[in-house]
Amino acid sequence: MIIIFTILYFTPGDPAQVALGQEATPETIAAFHAKHGLDMPFPAQLGRYLYKAVFEGDLGYSYVMKSPVSMELATRVPVTIRLAFWAVVISTLIGIPLGVICAIRQYSLLDSLTTLVTLLGVSMPTFWTGILLIIAFSVHLGWLPSMGFDTVGEMVLPIVTLSGSSVAVIARTTRASMLEVIGSDYIRTARAKGQRESVVILRHALPNAMIPILTIISMQFGMLLGGSIVTEAIFSISGVGRLMLEAINMRDYPIIQGGTLFISVAFCLINLAVDILYAFIDPRIHVK
Amino acid sequence: MPANNSMLKYTLIRLRRNYLAVLGFVVLFVLIGSAIFAERISPFGYADQDYMMIRQPPSAQHLLGTDQFGRDVLSRLIYGSRISLQVGLIAVSISLIVGGAIGAIGGYFGGRTDSVLMRIMDVQLAIPTILLAIVISSALGPGLVNLMVAVGITSIPRFARLMRASVLSIKGMEFIEAARAMGASHMRIILLYILPNCAAPLIVQSTLSVANAILFAATLSFLGLGIQPPFPEWGGMLSDARPYIRDSAYLSIFPGLAIMITIVALNCIGDGLRDALDPKQKR
Repeated sequence: MIIIFTILYFTPGDPAQVALGQEATPETIAAFHAKHGLDMPFPAQLGRYLYKAVFEGDLGYSYVMKSPVSMELATRVPVTIRLAFWAVVISTLIGIPLGVICAIRQYSLLDSLTTLVTLLGVSMPTFWTGILLIIAFSVHLGWLPSMGFDTVGEMVLPIVTLSGSSVAVIARTTRASMLEVIGSDYIRTARAKGQRESVVILRHALPNAMIPILTIISMQFGMLLGGSIVTEAIFSISGVGRLMLEAINMRDYPIIQGGTLFISVAFCLINLAVDILYAFIDPRIHVK
Repeated sequence: MPANNSMLKYTLIRLRRNYLAVLGFVVLFVLIGSAIFAERISPFGYADQDYMMIRQPPSAQHLLGTDQFGRDVLSRLIYGSRISLQVGLIAVSISLIVGGAIGAIGGYFGGRTDSVLMRIMDVQLAIPTILLAIVISSALGPGLVNLMVAVGITSIPRFARLMRASVLSIKGMEFIEAARAMGASHMRIILLYILPNCAAPLIVQSTLSVANAILFAATLSFLGLGIQPPFPEWGGMLSDARPYIRDSAYLSIFPGLAIMITIVALNCIGDGLRDALDPKQKR
């Protein structure tokens, strides 16, 4: 938070100039500075911002929209969370089974195919995936709309776009992790005692392979929150990402700070939740 | 040093067996070649406008078509490789040098120095990388150098952690103790004795980071925060092509293809190097 504030403080360009437009006079600029506390020295500004954010839940006023940042965020946050949440769900539901199947049938046709496709998947820029999907499904086939995020039809393309690379990453991690576990002695024991293969894989192998997979999923969540900025820009979705992009263009610092704060806090909470999950999955890890 | 030579030899032998990595190297050399000799091989200049040839689909004269100003797409892609490779290399050099130094100092000296440095890295890791890159580049303003700095800063913690972990594992070894007993300075120990021994993971990480840096740079340019027109940047070209998605889809396809091929090549090289440099690791 302090880092972001400091970066923005030292940013060249005066927000007052942008917010007030061409006809700004030195007097109105000075008034704008006084109103938003921009005439104070840097430590005072930082202190005031932190104090208000922590003790009053007040993230300041948007310079451009003249409304409280917390209110702007409140309308945008649910959209972004919905987008990122579904993307994580979809990529987990596809990625893990795909990885498991590839690990069981190592070197099969499906495995090689998946390896190739996931390699392409991790290498495709999100925005290009989105554009290709729009070209295919909106422009040529006309099946799905290319804008908005309200109806189910509108939600399909953004979610597919956002989850594309995550599916690839999760599938690759699952495959590697499962291969390692399947090669271990206790799996051989489980097989030797005549356990059915499906039980061996699902009950014995998968839970032990989950730790690295979970780590990757939690990291993907952060990536997805960041990636939603791009996805929201392509599909004209009014979430936190687009709010921030507009704010960056308008030098609307309180919005940028608020948006960054939201994404960072969400990211930290997810990491915390995953750390707690570890203890449930692997009892050897104790919550200290 | 004969030992070193044979290690290099074995690495190369193992690398050659990995056909994906070989393919990656071929693609990379083609890209480097096109970046160096852009003036010679590109059929047109990157800013040459021809208003008789606006948004023409691929033809014999313009192999990949022309854009909304009648500029040759192939030529712009070739010049674009120059920018992408520059950004990738320099951004990674920044994060390698700064992150490596932080990691080496933290790991080597330990104690309070280490915990302060690592906490700073943790704070940076709490912000998703792409978001950090966007905020930094919006603060610095558009431009090639600023883009490199913004992308470079974002992967500092990754290098710092990697370096620190390698330094910690090497620090306790006997040859380091021997060097210290001989009176070598801290600087000398770090640079001459520790650094060569953690080169392998750093090389792998650097290769994968170049891929990441190119992707980030393209994303930032796509969002309008990177390189400004008329300079051709692949992400920027995609962004310019967006209004013409309906009539000239090829304008959106080729730059993305260029980005993807570059990243796939670098990822293949990175994976290949990892397997070749570390034979103990299972695939």
